[in-house]
Amino acid sequence: MSNYRIQGATGEWEIVVGLEVHAQVTSHAKLFSSASTAFGAEPNSQVSLIDAAMPGMLPVPNRECIRQAVRTGMAIEAQINKWSRFDRKNYFYADLPQGYQISQLYHPIVGKGALTIEADEKAGIPVDKVIGVERIHVEQDAGKLMHDQHPTMSYVDLNRTGVALMEIVSDPDMTSPAEAGAYIRKLRAILRYVGSCDGNMEEGSMRADVNVSVRKVGDPNLGTRTETKNVNSVRFVMQAIEHEAQRQVDVLEDGGKIVQETRLFDPGTGTTRSMRSKEDAHDYRYFPDPDLLPLELDDAFLEECRASLPELPDAKRARYTGELGLTDYNARELTAEVETFARFETLLAATAQAIGKSEAKVATQVANWSLSVAPGVMKALGDEADPAHATAQAQAAILTMQDAGEISGGQAKEIYEIVLKTGRAPDEIADTEGLKQQSDTGAIEAVIDDVLAANPDKVEEYRGGKDKLFGFFVGQTMKAMQGKGNPAVVNQILKAKLG
Amino acid sequence: MSVTREQVAKIAALARINVDEKDLDHMVPEFNNILAWVEQLGEVDTSAVEPMTAVIPMPQRLRDDVVDADPLTGGGKRDAILANAPAAEHGFFGVPKVIE
Repeated sequence: MSNYRIQGATGEWEIVVGLEVHAQVTSHAKLFSSASTAFGAEPNSQVSLIDAAMPGMLPVPNRECIRQAVRTGMAIEAQINKWSRFDRKNYFYADLPQGYQISQLYHPIVGKGALTIEADEKAGIPVDKVIGVERIHVEQDAGKLMHDQHPTMSYVDLNRTGVALMEIVSDPDMTSPAEAGAYIRKLRAILRYVGSCDGNMEEGSMRADVNVSVRKVGDPNLGTRTETKNVNSVRFVMQAIEHEAQRQVDVLEDGGKIVQETRLFDPGTGTTRSMRSKEDAHDYRYFPDPDLLPLELDDAFLEECRASLPELPDAKRARYTGELGLTDYNARELTAEVETFARFETLLAATAQAIGKSEAKVATQVANWSLSVAPGVMKALGDEADPAHATAQAQAAILTMQDAGEISGGQAKEIYEIVLKTGRAPDEIADTEGLKQQSDTGAIEAVIDDVLAANPDKVEEYRGGKDKLFGFFVGQTMKAMQGKGNPAVVNQILKAKLG
Repeated sequence: MSVTREQVAKIAALARINVDEKDLDHMVPEFNNILAWVEQLGEVDTSAVEPMTAVIPMPQRLRDDVVDADPLTGGGKRDAILANAPAAEHGFFGVPKVIE
């Protein structure tokens, strides 16, 4: 249980949150037509006669959209319904030429599932928490309205009309804005791992309807909820919940009542307001779409969906800490985004192969490089760095030299800087720029002999018990070698000589 | 089951059909006749009968995920799409301003 509480004049309130996330399915063509789904095209250039609801057109479902919804359901270990059906949700709005949205109310394709949000002490989530998913259904997206192009008219672009959406409905299991934020981030990660949605909230590929109610702490009954529509970032979802819960507490404590209604979030002010025009919009008069037969999935289709699932975030994290021996922190950071783990795994394989050790043996070195060293160098260079030069091959070569003791950590960074600026090969840079450690014992021995000979008094003191002087000898040796001595070898020889 | 005058008026409003007060006079009994007839069908015991979803038993056909696979069901026909629009402007449908 989270400890999120709202302090009211009459006592403490807790909040109950459920989310309906609309995720645009990754597909080339729309849910019921073969018009393109590509983002940013000329207005109405990707509209078929079906999408424009011309009379006599019949919708035919896109297999890929069905497949992606099933795979998403499997990724949250949900019940997959082999028999599902499409229903018409009837309402009139200028962005919906059919006068109804084809959706799935009574028999959704995916039933109950769940996902786990990870403990995050700082965010007030003390332990891992399972959030239930009630259902996932497939439906059509609507078009886009533009209100600011003409004094008396709104412009309608139907390119988005008919693009496939998954509506992912959570149980009312979240009790703080932070939990809702963690849920969306986790859901987004799963969708992106599975490849069923690109998770791009700025382009509207993912948006959430936020259901919030409040009740006195300990009250077993749920309060009346409101639904805030189309919130399009994690931060805004958290803000909307915070504001809406506080508003409800204020209303109740003033002796008012919460009206079950649809509200709109204003990102500018962080507040919500009532959408009065939707007052009777809830009367959708759903009925089975007579244009479509029930959707029946066979075992071979389901088997293919299951076989095509990648390793998912929880499993990957467990493998990183278990098999690869990474810290919890590193495992979490590396598995958060698809691009991050993909880069890490490519570099890990290349480095293990170049060094000739197992992946587990080099994983910690590669993880630290990927999470802190490489991004640090990249960031410091800014525009001077060409990301195209950041190949796994070049980075593996640097890590290999470092592993062999040929270069120090500092030299690794310097070499990587040059790689990012010029794309030159790391070993060539190490050679020509003098960025190599001296590991040759003969050469180091000669330098150390000189250092000791030049400081007979210090040698005497050290042998007399002044252990701290060891650092002085290391420093003198390194200085004489312009910092290029292999510290391990220098230490070893100094110890032997000073005996 | 039966409907009231108010319910018929509301259904008409939701369907954006303008129904005169005097038309409601005969529509309400018509609606109720239809409902009574359907209710009568409900008296038949169909508990052992599979619901029929098509005259010929057949599965729902699915399409492949290919853009503009068939010119009849693809995009790229803006002029045709906008041809009947009362106020097409700059490639958009123009409609009376609807703003939230």
